[in-house]
Amino acid sequence: MNKKAITNNETINISRRSFVEKSATAAAALTIAPGVLLNQVHAKPAGQPITDAKRWGILIDTAKCGNGCNDCVTACNEENGIVSHGRPLTDQQWIRKVKLKDKMTNHVVSLPMMCQHCESPPCVDVCPTGASFKRVDGIVLVDRHICIGCRYCMMACPYKARSFAHEEVEATVDYQPRGKGTVESCTMCVHRVDNDGTPACVEACSSNEHGAMVFGDLKNPQSEISRQLEKHGGKQIRADLGLNTGVRYRGI
Amino acid sequence: MKKIHLQPIEGKSAGYMGLIALLGAFVLGALGSTYYMEHNGHWVTGMNNQIVWGMPHVFAVFLIVAASGALNVASISSVFNKKIYKPLAPLSTLVALALLTGGLMILVLDLGRPDRLIVAMTYYNFKSIFAWNMILYNGFFVIVGIYAWFMLDRTMKQYSRYAGIAAFVWRLALTTGTGSIFGFLVARTGYDMAMMAPMFIIMSFSFGLAIFILVLLASYNWTERELGDVVLTRLRKLLGIFVMAVLYFVFVYHISNLYATEHHDFEAFMLLGANGGETYSNIFWFGQIIVGSLVPLALIYAPAVAKCRKTLALACLLVVFGGLAQMYTIIIGGQAYPLEMFPGMEVLESTFSDGVVSQYSATLPEVLLGLGGFALSLMVIAFGVKVLGFLPATLADSVADPHAKAE
Repeated sequence: MNKKAITNNETINISRRSFVEKSATAAAALTIAPGVLLNQVHAKPAGQPITDAKRWGILIDTAKCGNGCNDCVTACNEENGIVSHGRPLTDQQWIRKVKLKDKMTNHVVSLPMMCQHCESPPCVDVCPTGASFKRVDGIVLVDRHICIGCRYCMMACPYKARSFAHEEVEATVDYQPRGKGTVESCTMCVHRVDNDGTPACVEACSSNEHGAMVFGDLKNPQSEISRQLEKHGGKQIRADLGLNTGVRYRGI
Repeated sequence: MKKIHLQPIEGKSAGYMGLIALLGAFVLGALGSTYYMEHNGHWVTGMNNQIVWGMPHVFAVFLIVAASGALNVASISSVFNKKIYKPLAPLSTLVALALLTGGLMILVLDLGRPDRLIVAMTYYNFKSIFAWNMILYNGFFVIVGIYAWFMLDRTMKQYSRYAGIAAFVWRLALTTGTGSIFGFLVARTGYDMAMMAPMFIIMSFSFGLAIFILVLLASYNWTERELGDVVLTRLRKLLGIFVMAVLYFVFVYHISNLYATEHHDFEAFMLLGANGGETYSNIFWFGQIIVGSLVPLALIYAPAVAKCRKTLALACLLVVFGGLAQMYTIIIGGQAYPLEMFPGMEVLESTFSDGVVSQYSATLPEVLLGLGGFALSLMVIAFGVKVLGFLPATLADSVADPHAKAE
C-alpha cells in the first residue's frame, strides 16, 4: 500500500532535495535563519513514509456552496487532466455538482460529490488485486498499475464516486498516471497534499467568494476543519453504512 | 447393473466437423468483438459509468453458475451413491469444466485490461470476494479435473468417491462465492441480501442440469447411440424440482424485500415496472417466470408429452433462456435502479445520473462475446467426448437400470 506512496515521495523528494540544496546555498549567502528554511520544507523529510498521525478530510458547507457554481469541478478537471469526450455517460467525473430538494420541506441544497475517502471503504474491500487502497492518512486511491478494470469497486461504492476510463486518456499530467481500461476517482489531490498543498477543488472554492470547502487534518484538534466540525458538526452521506467518511457535509 | 462401457465418439463425420466449424466461428466472433471493444475502449459498448456490468456479465455469470450445476449428476452418483447416474458422472464433470471455461473467457475478455490477467493471478486482496472466486474457479478446475481422472482411470477409481465429495463441497463454495459477489454489495438495494448465495446455488442446479440434458440428448442423437427413457425420465423430473426450487427462492427474495418499507420502491420497479422499470418487470414476468419457468414446468409434467424428447429439449432450452433473463434482471436491473444516496431528498440536477434510472442497451459486440463463451463451452465438450471416453456406449434402459421401469 505504501509502496506507491513512497514511490511518489521519492519523485517528490528528488526535486525537494535539489530545492533544499539550492535554497541552502541561497540561505547561507543571505544568512537567513535556518528556521525559515525548515518552515519551507517541513512537509515530510526525505524518504519518510506517510503516517497515520494525520487523517485528511474535507468539510463542505452546503449553505455556502453556490447554486450553479461549478468552479470545483472545473478546477479538478484542469488539475488532473480530465477531458470530456462529449459522451456524458462514459466520460470520467471525479467530482460533480448535485442539486437536491428535501421532499418534505422543499429546501434546496447544492453540493459537490466525490470520493468520500471512507475509513472503511467498500471499494478497497472488493478490489481483487488490491489496486484500490487506502493510505494510512485516509486518502483512498486506485493504483492504476495493477487495476485490471473489473469495475467491482464501482459496483460497491455507495457514492458512485468512481469512473471507468472508457476510452484513450489523452491529456495525462505526469503526477496523475491514468489509462484506458482502468478505474479512477478523486485522489484528494494527493500530489498537492504531499507537498503541503490543498486540493484543487478546495482552492478554487476558496478563491471565489463561496469558501464552502475546508480541507485539513481531522486528527489535529487545532486544525480549521476540526474546529468547524466541533462547533457546527458535519454529516456523512449514507451514515447508516458506518463507513466513517473523510468528507463531511453541513446543511443536509 | 451391467458394466458400463465408456467410449469416445468417432468425431470424423461431416456433421461433427460442421459443428466445430460453427462453434469456432462464434468463438472467433467473440475474439473479434473483444479486439473491437479493447481497441476503442468500452465506450463503444452499451456499458457506461452507471451500468458497469453489461451483457457479457449476464452470459459469464450464467455459465459460471451453470458450470457448478452441471456437476449435479456426478455429485448425485458419487456423494449420494445413486447408481443410475454413475455412467453419466464423467460427462457431468466435462460439461462442468467446459461451462466454467466459457464463462471465464467472457469475464476475462470484458476486463478493462485483459492483458493484466497475470496481475489478477499474482496480486490477491483476500478480503475481496472476487479474489476468493479466482481461487475457487482455479480450484474447481483442479478438483473436478482430478475427479474426472479418478473416474476414468481404473487404477484410481477406488478414490473417485472421495474426489467426488471434495468436488461437491467445492462447487457449493464456488456458487456461494458467485452469489456473494452480489449479496455483499451493501449500498445497492437490489443486491444487499445474503440470500443471494443460496439462491445462486439453487439456480445452478437448474441451469446446469438443463444444459447437461441438452448435451446428453444432442450427443446421443447425433452419434446414434441408444439412450433409454429410464435415465431421461429421472433427469426430467429432477429438472422440474429444480425449476420449482428456483421459483421458491425468487418468491422468498421478493417477499423479503417487500417486508421492508424502504425496499418497496425497488420492488415496484422490478415487479410492476414502476418509475421506469418496465423493461425489467417485462423480462422478469415474461422471460424469467412465464417462458423460463412455468412453460418448462408444464412441458416437464404434462403427461401427454412425458416421453417426448423434443419437448424435453424445448423445456431445457427455455430454462436456459429463463436463466439468462433472471441474470439480466439481477445484474442489469439491479444496477439500473438508482442508488439511494440522499434519503428523503429529490435530485433536481446532476451530471452523473444521480436519482434517475440508468439506461442500458446491449450492443452487438457484447452479445457476440457472450455467445462466443457459450460456443467455447460446447467446443470443449465436443472435443472432450472425442478424445476421452466420457460418453457411455449405450444408455439403453437395460444397461442403465435393468430393474427400473420407465415411467
